[in-house]
Amino acid sequence: MAEPVLKVTDLTKRFGGFVALDTVNMELNDKERLGLIGPNGSGKTTLINCISGALTNEEGTVNFNGEDITQMKAHKRAHMGISRSFQIPKPFGTMSIIENLLVPMEYAAWDRVDHRNLREQAMDILELVGFKDRADENSASLTQVDMRKLELARALAAKPKLLVSDEAMAGLSGSEVDEILEILFALAERSVAIIMIEHIMRAVMRFSERIIVLDAGKKIADGSPDEVVSNPDVEKAYLGE
Amino acid sequence: MKLDKFWISVVVVLVAGFAFTKLVDNEFYFFATYVVLQGLVMAVAWNILGGFTGYVNFGSAGFFALGAYTMVALNKAFGLPLPVMVLIAGTLSGLLGLGVGYISLRLKGVYFAIATLAIALVLETVVNNSHYLGGAAGTYVIQPKESFIFDNYIELLFMFMLLIAVVATAVSRYLSASRLGMGLAAVRDDEVAAECMGVPTLKLKLISTTTMGIFMGLAGSLFPFFVTFVDPVSAFSLLIAVNSIAMPMIGGTAVWYGPVIGALVLGVVQETATVTISSELNLLIVGVMLVGFITMAPRGIVGLYEDYKAKRKGQNNG
Ligand SMILES: Nc1ncnc2c1ncn2[C@@H]1O[C@H](COP(=O)(O)OP(=O)(O)OP(=O)(O)O)[C@@H](O)[C@H]1O
Ligand SMILES: [Mg+2]
Repeated sequence: MAEPVLKVTDLTKRFGGFVALDTVNMELNDKERLGLIGPNGSGKTTLINCISGALTNEEGTVNFNGEDITQMKAHKRAHMGISRSFQIPKPFGTMSIIENLLVPMEYAAWDRVDHRNLREQAMDILELVGFKDRADENSASLTQVDMRKLELARALAAKPKLLVSDEAMAGLSGSEVDEILEILFALAERSVAIIMIEHIMRAVMRFSERIIVLDAGKKIADGSPDEVVSNPDVEKAYLGE
Repeated sequence: MKLDKFWISVVVVLVAGFAFTKLVDNEFYFFATYVVLQGLVMAVAWNILGGFTGYVNFGSAGFFALGAYTMVALNKAFGLPLPVMVLIAGTLSGLLGLGVGYISLRLKGVYFAIATLAIALVLETVVNNSHYLGGAAGTYVIQPKESFIFDNYIELLFMFMLLIAVVATAVSRYLSASRLGMGLAAVRDDEVAAECMGVPTLKLKLISTTTMGIFMGLAGSLFPFFVTFVDPVSAFSLLIAVNSIAMPMIGGTAVWYGPVIGALVLGVVQETATVTISSELNLLIVGVMLVGFITMAPRGIVGLYEDYKAKRKGQNNG
């Protein structure tokens, strides 16, 4: 068996006395498409923050490509190929759309990109999300939905080996969701592992090979989409007792 | 290296400055232009951190005074050649900048700004209580007799400050146009997002605060020889601190030439008022201009010009 790309072991994250993640374990293989679901406040974004380094966990470890990155700063993790979108968009507001993509290309993907034609590569990504004609628009004046698309485009521009999409599709129309899914499928083909957090169940079910369910900071299910939907614990978490 | 407009301008400015010292005898002009250039260096330095990186420094006078008092001490203790002392002064205030950069790890926004103000107050207290540095009463500094190839010492100081101003502007321009500048802008816009996009935010902030510190220290380093009498009130002057924020705000903080334009405009207005009315007016002038720009043209003169150009273009097309 090949070593997993990502391995999270006994990860616990507290905010003061509040336990946001409770001894979470998970693995992710190369090219794997993982759905991460759970009710609001169950700890999905917190888990992503600990994986990407935006937050550090005091207990448990995170391994990436066989290396313990628990103490590693976020920018080094980005250099290694971990890239994420933000659920609450964080565009570089004084920059244009295309400049937002150039930042990860010039930094996170510095070792991975061809530096001769960065702008063209950025344009290719913008074309994927339908921003081809809007490259020079200021990013701060985008609508929330467009900002989410920009989040995804910027995460793609980092040329990730592990991509985490944190609700990038909220608010998109059905056909737009399908377009984004096609992009992500194609990416996984090219040896990228993907974690998708999404409340749109149709998208998660179609996309994921495996689904992990969090509830109140605990992992309550981990299996194929069919297994997960028929799991009584999951039903209870979503519908209540 | 390709000779572009900027480097041609640099040569022209330096040559013109030198010709100025040879053609003009009236010392007043050198005093006045020196003050404008000193303000320009402070403004450009402030903007590297404040404009490019998004961290507001209220303690500019502290860096300036550290440069000035380092010179006082070195001159008194060793009497080294001027350029050597200037380099040491710049290095020390650069180190202070580095320290301030580490503060940015814990403090952001208004708390960071207050911390920089507190640092200036601490330094001022140290000087006030240092007998060696003249304490609160101040100390005299004697200008050397030798003025190199210049007719008098003020011309030499003018030319030296012009050189510092040119170097500061060139560094600031490089920072804003490079990969580094893009990283600084990312830090300014969103530090968490920058970090997750691979930007080494701490390293860039340290580069930014250190560069700012170096140039503010350099701006202050010549001050003792310029005024020949230094006391804490003049070295930690409120006007210096306020001007270094106001000049970039008035010129425009987003681009390297913003603080240059702001410093020239505000500096010339203040120097004119000093001659025609009184130097007491300078704080009032900067206050009024600052309020005016912040409320009516928050992107400064550069922003006004860009809006004007955009409007013209719109009219031509429409
Ligand atoms: N920085 C923080 N400080 C304190 N509490 C936090 C912080 N971040 C998250 N929390 C809390 O941790 C819990 C998990 O939040 P998280 O954002 O990870 O949930 P989520 O599963 O992503 O929810 P959603 O579906 O709404 O995005 C919530 O109760 C939240 O209030
Ligand atoms: Mg979330």
